[in-house]
Amino acid sequence: MSPTTSAAIEILRFNTCGSVDDGKSTLIGRLLHDSKSLMEDQLEALNNSADLSGDGRFNLANLTDGLRAEREQGITIDVAYRYFSTPARRFIIADTPGHVQYTRNMVTGASTANLSIILVDARAGVIDQSRRHTAIAGLLRIPHLVVAVNKMDLVDWSRERFEEIRAQFLEFLPRANIKDVVFIPISALDGDNVVDASPRTPWYHGPTLLGHLETVHIASDLNLETFRFPIQWVNRPHYPVDPTLHDFRGYSGQIAGGVVRKGDRVMVLPGGIFTSVRAIHTFDGEIEEACCPKSVTLLLEDDVDAGRGSMIVGADRLPGGSTELRARLCWMHPRVLRAGARVLLKHTTSTVQAVVTAIESRLDVANLTEKPGATELSMNDIGTVSIRTASPVFFDGYATNRLTGSFILIDAATNATLGAGMLEPPTSVVAPEHTDFAI
Amino acid sequence: MSVFSADHLDLLETEAIHVMREVAGGFERPALLFSGGKDSICLLRLAEKAFHPSRIPMPLLNVDTGHHFPELNEYRDRRAAQLQANLIIRKVEAAIAAGIAVPLAGEFSRNRLQIPTLLAAIEEFRFDCCIGGARRDEEKARAKERFFSFRDSFGQWDPKNQRPELWNLFNTRLNPGENMRVFPLSNWTELDIWEYIRRERLEVPSIYFSHKRNCVRRAGQWVPVTDLLPPKPGEEVRELVVRVRTIGDIISTGMFESPATSVDDIIAEVAAARVTERGSRADDKSSEAAMEDRKKAGYF
Repeated sequence: MSPTTSAAIEILRFNTCGSVDDGKSTLIGRLLHDSKSLMEDQLEALNNSADLSGDGRFNLANLTDGLRAEREQGITIDVAYRYFSTPARRFIIADTPGHVQYTRNMVTGASTANLSIILVDARAGVIDQSRRHTAIAGLLRIPHLVVAVNKMDLVDWSRERFEEIRAQFLEFLPRANIKDVVFIPISALDGDNVVDASPRTPWYHGPTLLGHLETVHIASDLNLETFRFPIQWVNRPHYPVDPTLHDFRGYSGQIAGGVVRKGDRVMVLPGGIFTSVRAIHTFDGEIEEACCPKSVTLLLEDDVDAGRGSMIVGADRLPGGSTELRARLCWMHPRVLRAGARVLLKHTTSTVQAVVTAIESRLDVANLTEKPGATELSMNDIGTVSIRTASPVFFDGYATNRLTGSFILIDAATNATLGAGMLEPPTSVVAPEHTDFAI
Repeated sequence: MSVFSADHLDLLETEAIHVMREVAGGFERPALLFSGGKDSICLLRLAEKAFHPSRIPMPLLNVDTGHHFPELNEYRDRRAAQLQANLIIRKVEAAIAAGIAVPLAGEFSRNRLQIPTLLAAIEEFRFDCCIGGARRDEEKARAKERFFSFRDSFGQWDPKNQRPELWNLFNTRLNPGENMRVFPLSNWTELDIWEYIRRERLEVPSIYFSHKRNCVRRAGQWVPVTDLLPPKPGEEVRELVVRVRTIGDIISTGMFESPATSVDDIIAEVAAARVTERGSRADDKSSEAAMEDRKKAGYF
């Protein structure tokens, strides 16, 4: 740990979603500007590109609309990442566009987020886009949600209007499966309640947006319950100078869940062999224990058959293991998905051949209900599908573990990333009897 | 430190190590771009950590523009030797001589000419993946870059057609002739880099610290006087106490006046800085879309 910091500085990752004119880019510009994260040359560039026919204010949106293609079309075409910090925290913003056709970008930006900001235009209230974004945040199990009711200046800072929008949201929130939701009345253009509390909302007693981002409790967002360790790389030094390394055989990876301690009993999959952890090796020396998301190299007591794509798991809580999977799938490719499609499925560090055996339903994101009888998924559709894999996948439900419960689908010919899946909980866990079938 | 408390550097470190190991596990012939600059110094330490006790299982590659600061090349060679790494250097001058890189009339900067030199090196060694030290906070076009950035068989980047990246699942698959650029430091900021250098007690080339140097004022910045850049008639040469914040070509890197003589001083300076790092790079100022254009053509 750095010698000058007393407490660990956490990183909060959040994404922003809203429709084209909800003022998303302006809000990010405002956060950067008012938290003094903008540098002089950025301000200068902002001035140079400002719309001179305007009222003389900076066009804060110009800060985030980075590519020339976007400035010309006045839209955000892809996920852009922004960085700023305050004395309390580091922040990573995934700025994701709000157009209907860019759901895939929002899913991408949201997949690593601790928190989502949904922007709502106070005049328009809750629209289909708001429900869609909330639904996606819920599907991706983003732990925290902020509904920023923007353009409050245009509704005369009406408390009634704010409460009305809150009520509209609370109506469908239970279906979206999000527990922690905070509503904040703001004006991104003028900065009210973004960084500094606004004198124009005496009726609002909650935190400012930045105040909330700085204090929302995120330490418990990681899964620390069940040990999961997908092997990325087998660490065997070639021709080591140090003779003690001749027999070194370590398994390198990033802990995807839980805690591991020296001596812990573990199972190695797919073989289903029980062994125990002999040592936890790092560049900085051996350690007694390590937890998610640390990257380590594990040494095991017994010689087992394991390599990239294998997974070491805590023997006390085994994952599911099956060739038949059920998942929520966000389809991201222009070619529609139909039952029977053959794909590659990448789950943790393992890539297997797979076939989508059935499309069971499509999610109507406008009212968060499943529509059965779907026969295909088009780009930006989200549906429930069944998948059969050529060899077993060892997994947890996405709700339990975002890393061992997620996968991507890849086109074997073009290598395009086709879709992103979130697995349903396993119906049964790996049985130790599988040992009998291990080769 | 409790097992459960990870600070921002721990989180950035484990993310970068995970990315490096995906490269080692997913590619046949990767290379790590190493210039001796502060970002690639961190990259090299992360590679040591990712693969320890094994040696870094890929060669180091540097495109030498011929306009490098000598301090940087000296550091690069020494550090590679320390790690017993295989350091491959390909020079822009040799690429010009071979007709691979063709300077335009009057083009003095080697910035654009690095691109064909790099692409030729990739072809020569059949590298399928190059790990680089670029960070998203450096520049607007970088902000849209993926960790695993796909390049077609012409080395080009298509910002509208990038592979979506979800969770920590990276699609590393390529067809023959295609190439991946991988950026483990994507989420690091300039301040993170210096804090990591301090935490890991990493040595950095001396030009990052304040020293006396003859400079001339050009286009609003102090430019070092060297054989490559003699003062023009009428320019006043001044001896200043300066350092570099970001290192590009010796001819396009601005020096700035600073009393910082230690990593602690630099961290204090960066934390209080009011100008971005690339504000001192003439190559980025040439047009608002300068980086976007260079990346599309195959820049790092």
